[in-house]
Order: sequence, then C-alpha cells, then structure tokens
Amino acid sequence: MTAFSAIHDERESDKDDFTPGVEPQPTWCPGCGDFAVLKALKGAMPELGRSPEEVLLVTGIGCSGKLSSYFESYGYHAIHGRALPVARASKLANPGLEVVAAGGDGDGYGIGGNHFMHTARENHDMTYIVFNNEIFGLTKGQTSPTSPKGHKSKTQPSGSAKDPVRPLTLSLASGASYVARTAATNPRQAQQILAEAIEHDGFAHIDFLTQCPTWNKDAKEYVPYTDVQQSDEFEFDVEDRREAADMMYEAETKLYEGEVLTGRFYVDSDRPSYGEEKRATGEMPEEPVAERYFAEDAEWERTADQLVERHK
Amino acid sequence: MTDRTLMWRISGGSGDGIDSTSQNFAKALMRSGLNVFTHRHYPSRIRGGHTYVEVRAADEPVRSRGDGFNFLLALGDSFARNPDDEAYYGKEELKPLYEHFDDLNEGGVIVYDEGLLDEADVTETDLQAEADENGWHVYPMDLRGIAREHGREVMRNTAGVGATAAMLDIDTGYFEELIRDAMSEEVAEANVETLDAGYEAAQEFEFTHDLRVPEGSHDTEQALMGGSAAIAYGALDAGCRFISGYPMTPWTDAFTIMSQNLPQFGGISEQVEDEIAAASLAIGASHAGVKAMSGSSGGGFALMSEPLGLAEMTETPVVLLEAMRAGPSTGMPTKPEQADLEHVLYTSQGDSCRVVFAPANVREAYEQTRKAFELAYDYHLPAIVLYDQKLGGEMRSVPAEFFDREPDPDPGAVLTEDEIAEAAHDNSGKYKRYAFEGENGVNPRSIPGQEGGRFLATGNESQEVGHITEDPNHRTMQMNRRLEKLDHIREELDDRERSHQTYHGPADAEHGILVWGSQQDTVFEAVDRLNARGTEVKALGVSDLMPFPELEVTAFLDSVEECLVVEMNASAQFRGLVQKELGRFGPRMTSLLKYDGESFEPGEIVEGFESSIERSQPPAGNMRIVPASGD
Ligand SMILES: Cc1ncc(C[n+]2csc(CCOP(=O)(O)OP(=O)(O)O)c2C)c(N)n1
Ligand code: SF4
Ligand SMILES: [Mg+2]
Repeated sequence: MTAFSAIHDERESDKDDFTPGVEPQPTWCPGCGDFAVLKALKGAMPELGRSPEEVLLVTGIGCSGKLSSYFESYGYHAIHGRALPVARASKLANPGLEVVAAGGDGDGYGIGGNHFMHTARENHDMTYIVFNNEIFGLTKGQTSPTSPKGHKSKTQPSGSAKDPVRPLTLSLASGASYVARTAATNPRQAQQILAEAIEHDGFAHIDFLTQCPTWNKDAKEYVPYTDVQQSDEFEFDVEDRREAADMMYEAETKLYEGEVLTGRFYVDSDRPSYGEEKRATGEMPEEPVAERYFAEDAEWERTADQLVERHK
Repeated sequence: MTDRTLMWRISGGSGDGIDSTSQNFAKALMRSGLNVFTHRHYPSRIRGGHTYVEVRAADEPVRSRGDGFNFLLALGDSFARNPDDEAYYGKEELKPLYEHFDDLNEGGVIVYDEGLLDEADVTETDLQAEADENGWHVYPMDLRGIAREHGREVMRNTAGVGATAAMLDIDTGYFEELIRDAMSEEVAEANVETLDAGYEAAQEFEFTHDLRVPEGSHDTEQALMGGSAAIAYGALDAGCRFISGYPMTPWTDAFTIMSQNLPQFGGISEQVEDEIAAASLAIGASHAGVKAMSGSSGGGFALMSEPLGLAEMTETPVVLLEAMRAGPSTGMPTKPEQADLEHVLYTSQGDSCRVVFAPANVREAYEQTRKAFELAYDYHLPAIVLYDQKLGGEMRSVPAEFFDREPDPDPGAVLTEDEIAEAAHDNSGKYKRYAFEGENGVNPRSIPGQEGGRFLATGNESQEVGHITEDPNHRTMQMNRRLEKLDHIREELDDRERSHQTYHGPADAEHGILVWGSQQDTVFEAVDRLNARGTEVKALGVSDLMPFPELEVTAFLDSVEECLVVEMNASAQFRGLVQKELGRFGPRMTSLLKYDGESFEPGEIVEGFESSIERSQPPAGNMRIVPASGD
C-alpha cells in the first residue's frame, strides 16, 4: 500500500492535464522565450506517461520562476537561487517523485551557483532547466552571469568587463551526467531533450536559451540554430568527456559570435545516481522515508531501546 | 555547595584524552551511586591548547558546576606547540597546571604528572608558595613513567584516574568495568594494569588531605546524558528522519550524533555545501512528507535566514537548532554566550512567525526538542531550539527511565488521500492548501505524490491554492491566519500539565531573579545559597521564548518588588524581550550581564545579586550591572 497513489500511476495523461484549469494568465511578455519551456515541459511529461501529481516542480525567483504557476503539478516556488537544495531533498525524501527544478541564469549560475555545482557533483536523479536569457529579466535587465562581455546595462553602463560563465563546461566539470542545450526557437528539439533529461537517471542539466525581447536589447532570437547531433559539421562522442568538453567550449564561444549550437553535449548513462550511491553505503533506506509516516504498521525505533543503554 | 561535593578537574592538552577520561570518571561515580554534572572547557584547537573538564559529584542532586573546584589532576600538555619560555602565549606545556591555581579551593588537592612536567619548571610557577598559602595538598607523580611501564604513554590519564581513586577512596572496580566494556581485550588489559599501578603508586604517599568521595545511592538506574545528545534523541523520538547540515562549533555535536544514528533509524543525513542549502534541504524533505531538521551556530544560522522566512511563508514545518557561541562574527568559537536571542527571534524579512525554545538542561533539551517537532508539524511553521556550548557540552546523571517514552511519528496536520478527496478544491482541482480560514489558522497539508492534493507552495503572498497575489484583502487575511497560529500555540503550552518555565525558591520572596536558557540551573543553585544565608529570593527560569509565556512572566514580575535579570550577553536582550512583550516592568528589572565566554558560576550570581540589591560595590570579574530603566 502506498500513501502516494499518483506515483507510478499508469493512467494516460495529455498536455491539458498539465495546464491549470483556472488559468492564471502567464505574465510573461509577448515573445518571451519562457513560453517555450512551459510548452516543452507540458509536452514531455505526458509523452513519458507522467501524471501531474507525481511531479514536483521546484522553481527559483525570476521571470523563469513563474513556471510553477503556469504548470499544473505539485509546485514549490522557492527563493532566489535555492530551488536545487529544496528539490534534491524532496527527491531523497520520496524517490518516487518526478522532481524538476527550474530557474533563470542569474538564479542558477549566479546566486545559486554553489548549489548548482554540488547538486551536479552529487548527481541527484532530477532534471534542472535553466532559462538562459543572458539577463536578469524580472529585475529589469541587469547584466547576468551569462551576459556577453561588453554587454551594457543600467548597472554596467560602460559594458561588462567580465567574461561570461560557461554553463555547459561548468556542469560537466561539476559532475552532471546529462548536459544539453536547447532553444526556445526549437520546440521539437526542446521537448525531446526535456523528455530525455527527465528519463535520465541522474542529474540532467538543460541550458535552455530563452530570448528576453524586453530587456535584452541585443535580443537574439537564437536563430538560426544548429543541432550538433544533426549537423555533419560536428563529430564528437557525446559519452566521451574530453570530446564533450571541446564541443561545449566551442558552443559556448560560438554563442557570443552569433552561432547557436544546441543538442546533447554529454551523456553518461552508467554513473549511478546519488540515491543509488547513498543506498549502497547503507545511509539511505530502500523504502521511501516519506511512506513510513503513513504506514499504520510501521515500527518506529526508540532511543530508549537503541541508544540510552550506552549512557548507563 | 557542601563539603560532600567532589569537584574534580582534569586538565591537559586537547588530544590528551581529557574528554573520554572525564566521561568515564563521571560515569564511574554515577554508577557508584552519586549524582554527577560535568562542565567542559574547550580551546579552539584540535591538538595542543589546553583544555579541562570538571566533574562535580555529590550524594545530593547537582545541577550546575560549583564555585571553583577541589581536586586537580594536571596531566600537562603533551601536545604543546611551544614548550619555550619565550612563547607568545607562555609556556604551554605547563598551563594545565598553573592556569588552575586561581580556581582551586582552599585545602584542595593537586596531582600532577612530573613525568611530563619538569620539576624546575614547576618550581618556577611558585606552586609551593601558593600551596602553602592555600593549604593545598600537592602530590607529584610520574604518571608518564607508570603508563609507559604498564601500558603505553597515552594511558597517563588512566594512571591519573588510578591515583585519584586511591586518594579519594573510590573503588577502582567501576573504572575497570568501564574500561573492559569499551576496549578490546588487549588494550583493556594494559589500561587496567596502568589503572592499578596508578592506584598503588599513590598509596606510597602519606595523605595529608581530608577530601574523600561521598557515598550515595540511586533508586533507579541512571544515564549520563549530554545536552547535544538529549536534543538529538528528542529529535529521533519525535520521528525526525532527515537532517541536513554544515559543520560549525558547537552545533556539530548534535549534527554528528544525528548522522551517526539516523541510518539505523531508517533516516537520512546530508552534509551539504553551506547553511543556506542545509536549511533549504530540510524544507524540501519536509515538504515531501518527512519530519526534518537542520541547524547551525550563529554564523551559519545567519545564512539560514532567508530559507527560514520561506518556511514561514510556505508554512513548511521544520525544526532548526541554533547553538550559540560568543559573537559577533567568528567571535570565540568554543565559548558560550546568549547573544543570538534577538537574531533567532527576528531574523529574516517580514514579521516573524516561529516557535523558539531555550531549554534549561538535559531533560528540557529532550522534551522541548520533541515539542518543537510536534508544534512545527501541527502548526506548519519553523520551530527553533536555541542553546549553547554550555548546555550542549555538559553532562548529567538522569534517571534512565526519563527517556523511556514512546516515539511520536505523527506527521502532524497532514491529509490522507481519502481525506483529500473530501477537502476543498478550486475549479481546476487544486487543493486549497492555503484556505483563508483554517482551524487555529492551520490548513492540513497534502504531500506531493498524493492523488488529488496538488497545490503551489510559494514564498510570495498567495491565494488559497497558492497562486501569487497582491490583493490587500487576501494579504491581510493570510497574514492574520498565519500569525494566529502563535496564539493557539501559546494556549496549548499554557494548558500543559507541566510548563517549561521553572519556579525556584520561596513563593513569597520579594526579590526575584529572571533567567533563560542554559543559565537557569546555575541561578537556582545561587538562589538556594542566598536563601540558606537568610536572603529571601526566588527565581523564574524561562525556556519558552516565542510565543512568549506572558502569563507566567507577568505573574512572577507582579509578585516581586525588584528583579535581577541574568543573561550572558552585553545588551540585555532578554530583558528587552520582556519589556517588549509585556510593555511594563522596566523600572523593576536590573540586569546582571556577562559576556567573557565563561558561564556564570553560582557564586558570581550570589555576588551580583548582592551588589545589585544592596547597591554595594560593583561585582568582581567580568560581570556588569545595568540598572533598571528610570532607576
Ligand atoms: C536574495 C535575493 N536577491 C535579489 C533578488 C532580486 N531578484 C529577483 S529575480 C533576480 C534576477 C533574475 O534573473 P534570472 O535569475 O536570470 O531570472 P529571469 O528573470 O531572467 O528569468 C533578482 C536579482 C531576490 N529576489 N532575492
Ligand atoms: S522581462 Fe524578459 S524574461 Fe521576463 S517575461 Fe519579459 S521577456 Fe520574458
Ligand atoms: Mg535571466
């Protein structure tokens, strides 16, 4: 008996199940790339047979963080930069949940950068979507960690003196076992990649290029894009770290030269997820801890029986 | 303090096994029928840097350290970094001996390891002159030599315990038993031999001291329990099965105990990248249905500030520990202080909505941690257990049956799927997790994965199913509902059979002392002494800080003419809280403050009380009196 019958429920679902019935109108600006993430996620979930109540979507703060308001599932809209630690603990507490975290480039690569590094390193079995619009959208257009060098904004009026973060490389070096980049302008690829990422057993990171026509005045539409898997121009083994690293480096560099390279950049299907590793050390029970509180016949350990003896 | 009290201090380098030796010593005396209390002094270094532990033992209850001590076992610091005279901090090797002269009571006993400490050096400390003046009895012994001969050099401490046993007339059988329980046969054998050798070597002396260990007996079996362990056990028995943290002294002790025991209790411990993550993980685990906790000390707790507010806003239950140490900033990492009170009560943006407890002792540490979980999960808010190095590190003998309680796995205000089916949803099928009205301000939670329970938890102000709102009426209703929970919690606490506010002393005394958290039992001992010498005084120890125990504190302050408020900080934070909460009594409260990193001793409180009431000269040492407002 499970107390969480939505989990692994075999029922079919479709896009509409992930659309709030009483719809809070998305407040994103017209033309905003964020719509594409919502759409791709709504498409990927039913494709994989997930139903809304087995999904926990944890978001950060930013325009991107609003995703959890427009997507029908269990949601947790956390604070700026902290979606990952909330999300990964939920997964540990109840590994049956389909956990997705999402947030902006400022949220994930800036203020939450430490969590990004460590969640990737630990290879938690979850999906992390970063809405990369190379700008702080919600706070009205300040330079973000992925804004190109020289980018002018109200807070960097003479242009940024900083080289941007290399999100794919950072992800790989940190330990993510699935790293991809897609773009709002490529909805088919976006949905496929999201579906793969969700299916992947481990930390799957998607750098999702989402144009911000309102604040990113160099407003790139991220077209034309090239899928590195489809194009003959790029030959690399997505399972080979070194080749992946080279490909990432090129894609990151090219982005700022106007060439949008997308696709899967690194896939390691063999690396055990953190949950598996932790269970192997005996430091995580086989059964979801969350189930225990609902199981009427559960036996609860007592310190009086197990620990107080050694104090006598 | 009576002459039936042994106050034994063992000093040496940290790394010399002072901790384990003193624990065994205390346990042996406990098993022999005495009540024991240990006080631990830490330097902020791993090896070297002198440390000591004091064990107080008596046939009557002991609830605090005494004034000074009467037996010194000085091992000398074998890890001294700098044995030179010229050393910046003085000759470190010798410190475990001469730094204790100030506190050793008249007629006290000194045993020091002359195997490590050079006689010529010791002479330089003027030991003989001091001993003559204070009537000390000094027994130099070659503990190192004994240990080398019968075991290994590191067993100096065991040899010293053997010598102590001989001098105080303690049956070495208790020590032998403990040694054999804890060690492999071979090591145990060497230790027992060393113990006996120390005992015999001491017998060579003709004892000139009168001090002997008292005899006592217990009606029921005792457990030697420390504050950090009591907190951890309270959490485990409350059904906590998730902890996330980042090491920081002194909270690390509780974190370690949880981490070591959670696996066999079927739970999960996570050491994570920082305290922002630590608090956020506990929130995430709790959101997914597990009873969860995190914690830290001052600096780490500061990093938890924003997640703490998130838990308040999303109404996610979570228990946090805050083990205070002397601040500001890195301050004095291993020293106790009570200066994080305001930090813990109010940190994070917006109006705070949390429970804060500050247990007095091991028993309250256990009970209030359990209660913290119960309230957090029943009322969906963060509950914080505020303590310090003093409570965390001290050990006491407590009847073992005190811990013989049923666990409490109740997840609190949570719905089952059947109940969710009956509950109110909006048109889209979202559960009204944040309905504007809830019983006592609470709407039971659904948990992710449950059929029919989906909702959005958000740090933004929200409507009933979690959609973000800035509507003034919605906002006001939600704020009122959340804050209302505190009133109901206070009522629940007031209705309990046994309050965690503790009264001590004659009810009709006109002078009062108010104290909170870990300093309570020390004050109660001082109150006993004052009454014994004819000064009528009573005390109220406060362990519930938020929601504030208004009725109890008001009644107490109403019943006295003058009140001394004792706390370990420089800005009289608790007195400020009382005035803020009660809006009066300002002119009635004088503060006795101390913030030098050392807990109050009972004698200091007696002295502080006298100088404040009699307006005599200011108290000695580092204490400070801050007169009442308008005084
Ligand atoms: C601790 C904290 N600092 C600052 C902010 C203000 N803030 C909100 S969103 C944001 C940046 C948003 O940029 P990004 O993460 O890239 O998200 P986007 O809006 O572009 O989707 C900032 C600085 C905040 N909410 N919390
Ligand atoms: S400001 Fe930019 S990122 Fe935000 S909603 Fe508008 S277009 Fe999208
Ligand atoms: Mg952005």
